[in-house]
Amino acid sequence: MAFLFGCAAITVITTAGIVLVLGSETIHFFRATGESILEFICGTQLEPEAVPPRFGILPLIWGTMLIAIGSSLIALPIGLLSAIYLSEYAPRKLRAVLKPTLELLAGIPTIVYGYLALLLVTPALKGILEPIGLQVETFNALSACIVVGVMIIPMVSSLSEDVLSAVPRGLREAAYGLGATKFEVSTRIVLPAGLSGVVSSFILAISRAIGETMAVVLAAGLRPQLTFNPLTSIETMTAYIVGVTSGEASAGSPEYLSLFAVGMALFVITLTLNVISGFVLRRYREVYQ
Amino acid sequence: MSVSETVAAAAAPAGPSPGDPSILTTEQLSVWYGTSLALKEITIAIPRNRITAMIGPSGCGKSTLLRCFNRMNDLVAGARMEGRITFDGDDIAAQGVDAVALRRRIGMVFQKPNPFPKSIYQNVAWGARINGYKGDMDDLVEKSLRRAALWDEVKGKLHRSGLELSGGQQQRLCIARTLAVEPEVILMDEPCSALDPISTARVEDLMDDLKADYTIVIVTHNMQQARRVSDMTACMMLDEASNGNTQRTGIVVEFSPTEILFTKPNDPRTEAYITGRIG
Ligand SMILES: Nc1ncnc2c1ncn2[C@@H]1O[C@H](COP(=O)(O)OP(=O)(O)OP(=O)(O)O)[C@@H](O)[C@H]1O
Ligand SMILES: [Mg+2]
Repeated sequence: MAFLFGCAAITVITTAGIVLVLGSETIHFFRATGESILEFICGTQLEPEAVPPRFGILPLIWGTMLIAIGSSLIALPIGLLSAIYLSEYAPRKLRAVLKPTLELLAGIPTIVYGYLALLLVTPALKGILEPIGLQVETFNALSACIVVGVMIIPMVSSLSEDVLSAVPRGLREAAYGLGATKFEVSTRIVLPAGLSGVVSSFILAISRAIGETMAVVLAAGLRPQLTFNPLTSIETMTAYIVGVTSGEASAGSPEYLSLFAVGMALFVITLTLNVISGFVLRRYREVYQ
Repeated sequence: MSVSETVAAAAAPAGPSPGDPSILTTEQLSVWYGTSLALKEITIAIPRNRITAMIGPSGCGKSTLLRCFNRMNDLVAGARMEGRITFDGDDIAAQGVDAVALRRRIGMVFQKPNPFPKSIYQNVAWGARINGYKGDMDDLVEKSLRRAALWDEVKGKLHRSGLELSGGQQQRLCIARTLAVEPEVILMDEPCSALDPISTARVEDLMDDLKADYTIVIVTHNMQQARRVSDMTACMMLDEASNGNTQRTGIVVEFSPTEILFTKPNDPRTEAYITGRIG
């Protein structure tokens, strides 16, 4: 009992510690630079080395959103459809092979996805898009979206498949007994019954895309800009952190402190996502026995 | 209806003769799960607008037989059947017969109440809606709930979850949901086994009401219930030839009017079962 309590306590204390450090360093950052939170979040100029330095992280937030949205557009539909296929349609033997195979995708180191983007996806995009007159940069958001999307498919498919196949057989039989087709049973009984789990898998996958670093740095580069063109280079919040830590910002400098402020912003975004998902779950879930 | 009429109904050869008193028939029906034979050469004819009970010891294939009638066993990997089943004279396993369409005409109520995790209203409306019901849904929901003797208990809370009801109410909700699709036959697999005596009595009364418009086939372990509600009873047993093997094969040993089966059974095994010496 005491041991278990100890373990739980360590988790809580660690989390609290991290938030505390992030918080206090973030306050230092705002004191040192004299920026307001509004300038920080909505400013479009990110020039840490300029005199005076400017820290508007909107381009980073935008870059992060671009990757999250783009990769979700790929991963959520494909992941959900594969989950439905695996749980409702696939013959048992095929499923026994397919599911672990999909999960293998999740075991590939993210850095590998990064150079696959650089070495395979981007050249392929160039091959397809440049003949029709679209300029593709070597570092571009689209190829990052594609590889991050592929990376998070197994999170969606595997977690969703677990909840879908946990929907009681009695519910399916009841629906079939009323003359429902397999499609109606899958989409109108099984999916709504497992919706809360499916939404959680979405949120987890999106959080993962937001937090993804290495693949995005390698694929999309480090150029903070507000652009709607996914064929150009962008910079995400995580990529900025990598950029600064691997540069020569000295401890205590505004650039160094900005790491914590960006980290804090990232934390707030993920937290908001979790709160929203909690709300969605409570509001829409169908409880079964 | 006289006893001789029912006997004639049961004995009548299957076939689409006009005014055929049987609605569902099986001829030499055998069912396998994988390699194990679960039902052997069953030949019976279920009379229209009557309640037919199926009794017999556990594992003798009552549910299996019931699930053949609406091709629910199609959903079980490895299940296979031989022989013929007809519904209204038509082979239900023939090429081009759509199991989905068949299940609209042959509804099913399960042993464990299994309402959808949706509102009471949606539970009743769902089946009708997917089947393209065009009329007034509120009317249909009310009519079906009244028919299932549940309306008075739920009319004020149609938008509450079906899962908030008691077990007996849930089972009547499942019956209402089946009625809303307007099937011709209702298969009930031990519909009262999870219910208390009062709910059981309500469901039994209900079956009696429904008989005028529907054909009901009910599996039950409760012999008093079979006796109370049914017109015909099929007594099923494990085939002695299969005993001792790992395989448990079910056969129908007697299919007679309920009154006769319980008072003057023709088969010694029926007698042994109903007097409690087997099973
Ligand atoms: N899905 C299945 N897969 C394999 N074997 C099955 C399956 N369903 C039933 N069986 C087997 O078929 C035989 C008949 O089962 P069934 O459920 O039809 O019996 P039952 O008479 O309804 O029994 P009970 O009274 O306990 O409900 C049993 O030996 C059972 O093990
Ligand atoms: Mg059974």
